[in-house]
Amino acid sequence: MSEDPKQISDSIGDIADKAMELANQAKLLAMQASENMAHAATNGDGYLVTGLTVFMLACFVGYYVVWRVTPALHSPLMGVTNAISSVIIVGAVIALGAADDAFSKWLGFVAVTLASINIFGGFIVTRRMLSMFKKKS
Amino acid sequence: METFASLAYLIAAICFIMALRGLSHPETARNGLTYGMAGMAAAIFVTLLLPSVSSYFLIFLGIALGGTIGTIIARRIEMTALPQLVAAFHSLVGLAAVLVALAAFYNPEAYGIGAFGEIKFASLVEMALGAAIGAVTFTGSIIAWGKLQGTISGKPFIFPGQHKINAGLGLTMVALIIMLCATGHPFFLWLIILLAFALGILMIIPIGGADMPVIVSMLNSYSGWAAAGIGFTLQNNLLIITGALVGAAGAILSYIMCKGMNRSFFNVILGGFGGENAAVAGDLGDRHANMGAAEDAAYLMKNASRVIIVPGYGMAVAQAQHALREMADILKHEGVDVKYAIHPVAGRMPGHMNVLLAEASVPYDEVFELEDINRDFAQTDVVYIIGANDITNPAAKNDPTSPIYGMPVLDVEKAKTVLFVKRSMGSGYAGIDNPLFYADNTIMLLDDAKKMTEDIVKAME
Repeated sequence: MSEDPKQISDSIGDIADKAMELANQAKLLAMQASENMAHAATNGDGYLVTGLTVFMLACFVGYYVVWRVTPALHSPLMGVTNAISSVIIVGAVIALGAADDAFSKWLGFVAVTLASINIFGGFIVTRRMLSMFKKKS
Repeated sequence: METFASLAYLIAAICFIMALRGLSHPETARNGLTYGMAGMAAAIFVTLLLPSVSSYFLIFLGIALGGTIGTIIARRIEMTALPQLVAAFHSLVGLAAVLVALAAFYNPEAYGIGAFGEIKFASLVEMALGAAIGAVTFTGSIIAWGKLQGTISGKPFIFPGQHKINAGLGLTMVALIIMLCATGHPFFLWLIILLAFALGILMIIPIGGADMPVIVSMLNSYSGWAAAGIGFTLQNNLLIITGALVGAAGAILSYIMCKGMNRSFFNVILGGFGGENAAVAGDLGDRHANMGAAEDAAYLMKNASRVIIVPGYGMAVAQAQHALREMADILKHEGVDVKYAIHPVAGRMPGHMNVLLAEASVPYDEVFELEDINRDFAQTDVVYIIGANDITNPAAKNDPTSPIYGMPVLDVEKAKTVLFVKRSMGSGYAGIDNPLFYADNTIMLLDDAKKMTEDIVKAME
């Protein structure tokens, strides 16, 4: 029985060592996790929140701006929105501009062409419409 | 460079908001449009400067090719064909969204969203949604274009179980998006796009030609949401902002059009309205309608002090807007007060009538919206209805059994005399007889809208 306290103190020492080890591991994990999170926030999944913020605010701006459009100009409104929604050309230019993949390059080329039809067509037809609206002389 | 590009995109987004803001008045609209063009130019220019972008030759070739086609079409198009042009343009935005989503899937490195086959979960969802909405917009707009152009019958095309099929397609697409995220296999993305193509066709085909104002606005909205979806995938704020603006604009226009018909958006989307020949016509019996000739109309209007002209889609079909303006000019010369009354759903797209009247050089301050002019009819001597029908039907106010009961209509029957230009005594698109035809103060002028107006002009001279 006299050896018991020694055994106990030994095993306590073991446990303490293991706890230290665990703590170290936890610290490493925490560091890794925070690194991953920082990484994600700058160029990964964290964008979803940023994107949603931008999206919701833009929806509100759109709501208030469009309600102020006079009903007489609803057709030009469609023309303008048509032209500006072709800003998707930005994505098409990047696809076409990046040199690595032949297939997405061709997809990009067709998309650039289609979006250009829309941009030029949409703006020009809207300008034509607007130039016809005149006041009583 | 990245920061510079982001700032330029921000400026472009502000320019687009200014472009929409300008449309609150015809005077400021042209300036607004200049902002829009500047914003677009800035966005494209700064993208070309990005370090990852090379192969300038192909880019300029694409822009030159598309730009030339777009310019030629926009210059040559007749203003009466505007609705189908807009529908055709929407289809292009939709297809471009599909192509960009595919490009991003096959070459994600270019956009910094991972490697092929190892794209992040969130990006896959956004990509699939952007591609699906874009694909629905593409085929849906083509069908809308066909209906407006007359290539496809404007009558609603109904087949058994169509709503179940559409719902089934929608659910299958959700399942496929989950599969795509789980496996990352291109097969699922292609299948989603194909199903979305089919859904676009099936969704628009049951909808009648006269509901097209809602559909064109709705597709406008979809093209915006598709752009926003792609913006999320490419992590591009400009695309998200623009997509949201366009989406909101289309949604508001759809809402205004639905309200103008007193129908819910859901009711329009389910389709099948119009085309069926309602039996309501029967209880009007053999009521007598007053027939008139161009000379009578000319005499009445020349001796009136106030005339309101109510145009509808028939004026666009007959291209009668120029003859109409000539007639109004003679009347104004005689000292008659002439105004135009526009119903929100007159024509085949929002604001269609306003553009056609503007094309015929009618000053915009003589053109009034329903709520601004409806009280004036009681103090009006003659109302000249040209190519419109259902939007003047008093049954919408006093016959609860009428399919259009509750729809806001122009109170034309309150005027002393109603002149109704129409091809025949037939009913409007809703298949509803118009009691106005048989009213004591109505004179029917049965002829082509343009020919009748020209005859009246001759009789006035």
